[in-house]
Amino acid sequence: MQLWLIPVLPLAGFLINGVLGRRLSRAVINIVAIGAVVLSFAWALKVVFALPQAPYAEHYFNWIVAGSFKVGCDFAVDRLTAVMLMVVTGVGSLIHVYSTGYMAHEGGYYRFFAYLNLFMFFMLTLVLAGNYLLLFVGWEGVGLCSYLLIGFWFLKKSATNAGNKAFIVNRIGDYGFSLAMLLIVVTFGSLDFGTVFPSAASKPEGIVTLIALLLLVGACGKSAQFPLYVWLPDAMEGPTPVSALIHAATMVTAGVYVVARSFPLYIHAPAALELAARIGLFTATFAATIALAQNDIKKVFAYSTVSQLGYMFLGVGCGAFSSGIYHLVTHAFFKALLFLGAGSVIHALGGEQDMRNMGGLRKHIPVTFWTLMCAAVAISGVPFTSGFFSKDSILLAAHHHEPWMYWVGTITAGLTAFYVFRAMFMTFFGEYRGGDHHPHEAPKAMTIPLMILALLSLVGGYINVPTWLGRFFPTLEYPEDIALVVISVAAGFAGIGIAYVMYVMKPGLADSAARSLGWIYQLVYNKYYVDQIYEAVIVKPLVNGSRALLWRVVDAGLIDGTVNGIGARSVGLGDWLKLFQSGNIRSYATWVVFGSVILVIALGLVGAIR
Amino acid sequence: MMTGVPLSWYLILSAVLFALGVAGFLFRKNIITVFMSIELMLNAVNLSFIAFSYQLKQVNGHIFTFFVMVVAAAEAAVGLAIILSVFKNRATLNVDDVNSMKY
Repeated sequence: MQLWLIPVLPLAGFLINGVLGRRLSRAVINIVAIGAVVLSFAWALKVVFALPQAPYAEHYFNWIVAGSFKVGCDFAVDRLTAVMLMVVTGVGSLIHVYSTGYMAHEGGYYRFFAYLNLFMFFMLTLVLAGNYLLLFVGWEGVGLCSYLLIGFWFLKKSATNAGNKAFIVNRIGDYGFSLAMLLIVVTFGSLDFGTVFPSAASKPEGIVTLIALLLLVGACGKSAQFPLYVWLPDAMEGPTPVSALIHAATMVTAGVYVVARSFPLYIHAPAALELAARIGLFTATFAATIALAQNDIKKVFAYSTVSQLGYMFLGVGCGAFSSGIYHLVTHAFFKALLFLGAGSVIHALGGEQDMRNMGGLRKHIPVTFWTLMCAAVAISGVPFTSGFFSKDSILLAAHHHEPWMYWVGTITAGLTAFYVFRAMFMTFFGEYRGGDHHPHEAPKAMTIPLMILALLSLVGGYINVPTWLGRFFPTLEYPEDIALVVISVAAGFAGIGIAYVMYVMKPGLADSAARSLGWIYQLVYNKYYVDQIYEAVIVKPLVNGSRALLWRVVDAGLIDGTVNGIGARSVGLGDWLKLFQSGNIRSYATWVVFGSVILVIALGLVGAIR
Repeated sequence: MMTGVPLSWYLILSAVLFALGVAGFLFRKNIITVFMSIELMLNAVNLSFIAFSYQLKQVNGHIFTFFVMVVAAAEAAVGLAIILSVFKNRATLNVDDVNSMKY
């Protein structure tokens, strides 16, 4: 089915724009960048519609051959890959279109689209890969593009710092991932999904659990789960379409994808699955509370992303892999929309991101308002929107797994509804607080993707992902419980209602509530001081230790000492040896005679002269 | 022919001549004398070549000797030219005074 076309088309776009982009007009850059992704989407559609029942893989060439160990460049497509392909190329296409409007006034236009296309290439490699190593290539590639795009405005110190932070925090996760791969090679003798998964049952549970845990470390890094989530909020330094595409809809869900992809390992490692569920649940609640008190509109949605990714981990951790992927899909719709809408707001206000300086924008930018409202009701789980279906399938699975997880998840759903509508009310309701600036609606290139995503956010839930994946994953059997659904929906409405009271009906209430909460508010407002704790506990000791021991002792003392010492000794030896070149011919002759005599004696001693 | 003279005598003579050459090279200060000492060493080696060649009934020794003589002649031409040039420039033939090529 020529699967290679899907990732290679964006790669071609990257090469054209990356190499020639400086000399191309913006129109040509748009055609190349969007064309590459849309064609890739079209080809992916064709592949998905012709998806065979049997596992389908394409082998292109052998990449690494060492004895019996072999890694090929293999692409495979199954139902899980199909879902990911649709999300990545579909949402990716919309965001490319949106970017032409959003980036219209920015420098480095070709560079932006080249990176975006490169990202698509790596992300599609990641989801199409037929073995862990090729998946890892995509995994690292998207990390690279994330780094490049977070630091897109590289003249801004905070942007480059955020890029570095994302890259460095991801190293920790990727280290776990590489260890997992090595352990898979040692245990299974292969990295191919088709070889590893069928034999997972026959391996000892301990080793499979270890592999699953190491993969989970990688997934936690990429998908911003506690304690490795700290890079994602900072990643909002990048242009907003990047936040939508990479840091909401696609790349950050790669961790969920890997766990779901490796489900044959995880179902033989219940401990790892349980840990995934607990990390997910904790992260969901933890990040949701942080989002309650943020004033930067993108920061709210960033913590919201961390929180929603936690839901996905909760889903896969409870064994409901299809629910996790379902939420991944719907989240891609409404979170991409939230970010793109936020980008439209920021665009309208000429770069303002602080919600305290917004307000009343409903009248100025109605299209953005209504589309964002669709995303807000979807993420809040208002019935029959996309988020309602996926979130409730996760919460039901959590209840089936352990009831307390359901209750915590439901409270988090209430928090989610509260902070999203808090952002909505602060941005669009009340009076405009931004001074003389006149907000203007975004161009069509931006509003049309918003509308399409709004439609998907509302009705995307009817794309019945769990049924489509039903035969792929092991199915969990548990009764539908209408009471649980009603409770979680009620929690969502309660959140919306409280937000309405606090930010629309009685605008002063929020401040007095913050004051009366005192230190708890400060704790949440300052994101639990996690960044400061990491700074004090990890970064500072590491920097100081490196400076004192690794730099002063090891590098300056040991390594430089050895090298410089060899140099100094050589100079000393030369100083002594040069005395032999006295210019005195008779002394040379003496040394020649002396040497000859030594040589003759030595040869005599070893018996060369008989 | 020369049956009465054993090979060892030639070799001893050659060694003695060579030793004299070495001693002259090391201990004399006049460049001309040093130069002649070199010739003496070369000819001491020639003598041993010829002696072996005769003893072993092999022609190789002769050929080597001719080579050495040719090289010695060339060396004499170059060497004497150098000596002349040294004397013209420095008005001395003492090897110890010709020592400016050093570190």
